[in-house]
Amino acid sequence: MDMGSFAQQFAQQLINGISLGSIYALIALGYTMIYGIIKLINFAHGDIYMLGAYMGFVATTMLGLSFVPALIFAMVAAGIAGIIIERVAYRPMRNAPRIAILITAIGVSFFLEYGMILIATPQPRTFPAVFEASVYNFYGLIVNSQQILILVISLVLMAGLTYIVNHTKVGKAMRAVSFDADAARLMGIDIDKIISMTFALGSSLAAAAGVLVGVYYNSIDPLMGMMPGLKAFIAAVLGGIGIIPGAMLGGVIMGIVEAMVSGFFSSTFRDAASFVILILILLYRPSGILGKNVKEKV
Amino acid sequence: MKAWKKAVGLTCTAALMTAMLTGCGGTKKDAAKSDEVVIGAHFELTGGVANYGKSTLNGVQLAIDQVNAKGGVLGKKIKLVQGDNKSEPAEAGNIATKLITQDKAVVLIGPATSGCVSASIPIATANKVPLMAPVATAPSITVEKDGKVKPFIFRACFIDPFQGQVMAVFAEKTLKVKNVAILFDSSSEYSKGLTDVFTKTLEDNGGKVVAKEAFLAKDVDFKSTLTKIKASNPEAIYVPAYYEEVSKIIKQAREVGLSCPILGSDGWGSPKLAAIAGNEALNNTYFCSAYSSQDKEPTVQNFIKDYKAKYKTDPDNFSIHGYDAAMVVVEAIKRAGSTDGVKIAQELSKMKDFPVATGKFTVDANHNPVSGAVIIELKDGVQTFKEKITL
Repeated sequence: MDMGSFAQQFAQQLINGISLGSIYALIALGYTMIYGIIKLINFAHGDIYMLGAYMGFVATTMLGLSFVPALIFAMVAAGIAGIIIERVAYRPMRNAPRIAILITAIGVSFFLEYGMILIATPQPRTFPAVFEASVYNFYGLIVNSQQILILVISLVLMAGLTYIVNHTKVGKAMRAVSFDADAARLMGIDIDKIISMTFALGSSLAAAAGVLVGVYYNSIDPLMGMMPGLKAFIAAVLGGIGIIPGAMLGGVIMGIVEAMVSGFFSSTFRDAASFVILILILLYRPSGILGKNVKEKV
Repeated sequence: MKAWKKAVGLTCTAALMTAMLTGCGGTKKDAAKSDEVVIGAHFELTGGVANYGKSTLNGVQLAIDQVNAKGGVLGKKIKLVQGDNKSEPAEAGNIATKLITQDKAVVLIGPATSGCVSASIPIATANKVPLMAPVATAPSITVEKDGKVKPFIFRACFIDPFQGQVMAVFAEKTLKVKNVAILFDSSSEYSKGLTDVFTKTLEDNGGKVVAKEAFLAKDVDFKSTLTKIKASNPEAIYVPAYYEEVSKIIKQAREVGLSCPILGSDGWGSPKLAAIAGNEALNNTYFCSAYSSQDKEPTVQNFIKDYKAKYKTDPDNFSIHGYDAAMVVVEAIKRAGSTDGVKIAQELSKMKDFPVATGKFTVDANHNPVSGAVIIELKDGVQTFKEKITL
């Protein structure tokens, strides 16, 4: 492989990686927000992503909505699902040991996966083509309009989230609850409401990722959330769990690493590479790339 | 008084005699009901691959109904006893035992998947009951590791290596391509087996594998791998895998600008393929199958007609193999002239040019059918008969 074609390959893999990475980033954001606020690794988060994809499917096929309304429909529906899950499954466990609530999250994950299999059958479903994908060729680099769409929508959603967290009252309350829940309560913040809001926001981002993936790969199934859920979890840890920009960074890095490993080594090492990253991060920098090293007080 | 007693005694004796005679009329295994030949239909009727089992059973049932309508075999009706192994090999062993020992089946047809068949083989062999696997494709089903043929085990479909060879021949003879890239599922024995045979046949005939990449079942993103494959400039890509991943691979291959022919295996045969990949992306793709519904052969068309009349849906690969398997088994019982397992197995191994729905059925030395394969081209999402290849 000469230099020119190598550079071209590299650039092409970078494009592939960024579009994959922005999906991971959207899911990782929800992980990180929920962890930040109630210190829970919400293992059901990947399944909320699946739920969002199915909601998008319902919106486009049964309700006949076009892409943007379907996206909003899926985000709202998943947001409500997130609130219900928090209310029913996690809130009663709020003062239980951490391990109990973690196991509850795994239970919720199974409930969503197999509940969906019961309702929608395990067969993959074809996502309707909501718009024609056109392919652009820039000097041999191939970019699909759907890849651009994924990137743009991810960026818009991330910008929106950053705005909500940093410049609104709800965002301020979220940061307060995340910093010190008891002190926040003493300042008159309704913690339950803020936690519900966090679940709603995180879930709707995952749902957006689900719809985008449905459009991009054209197929959805009830177990589609398992692997991306794990990858997004790694992305959140990589960036620094609980830190919002960290989740975005971690997601994009994961996507690029996977594309590069498949492109220049072997695709069979791709998943291994992701998990090696997790192990390395946990060994050498447990607080993640953007995290501050905080010594735990004993 | 005495006369009355005598009459009763006579009647009893007569009844006993009749019972014994009828007992003798049946076989030693089939002593329960002498007017029936019991065949065990052992399939995956629930569980993960229930649709394979059900489709195959439909074909078997159709064949048995037709035979019974013409008077059955050996002057008796055939009774098809169903057993459900729940798609689990462990359960398959139990069901095989039940069908043979309790239901007194003289032949077993099924199961569908190679794993469940393997679990049933020791039981069938120990009881000297022939087992006909209609759709199990693993080569090891009929032959021991040391190359010895298992005397009671037969199959009705082509084996995995065969379709790998067929596709390599098709690539070189019909498409006239030399440089082929392979993308296979490294988590599936089926995919790996086909890849090996395809590579060997292609290279023996002077072709070259320019890239060999792997993926895992359930993967959704193949763009990075396809970009890598594209850099090796293949004239065709061989993707021996199941439709769920294949459909995404084809869609994404076209998106990264790979316009060459894409070749595949019988795992492609599902309407979902076109639904996910899109009709346009599927143009210039070919796969190998045991039969095509567009095959003009009257046997195929008659089968399709009868099947539709009975089940109101189109038959698939599984159903036609199930049908053929049952027809061959019935013929073997007829030729054996008895329901003795050893004799039936002998007749099965001697089966030659027996007309069935897919063509002529001949059993080779390894108890596999000698058959051709059909190449199917996808034109605007529609499966179209391209050509028939016999090696």
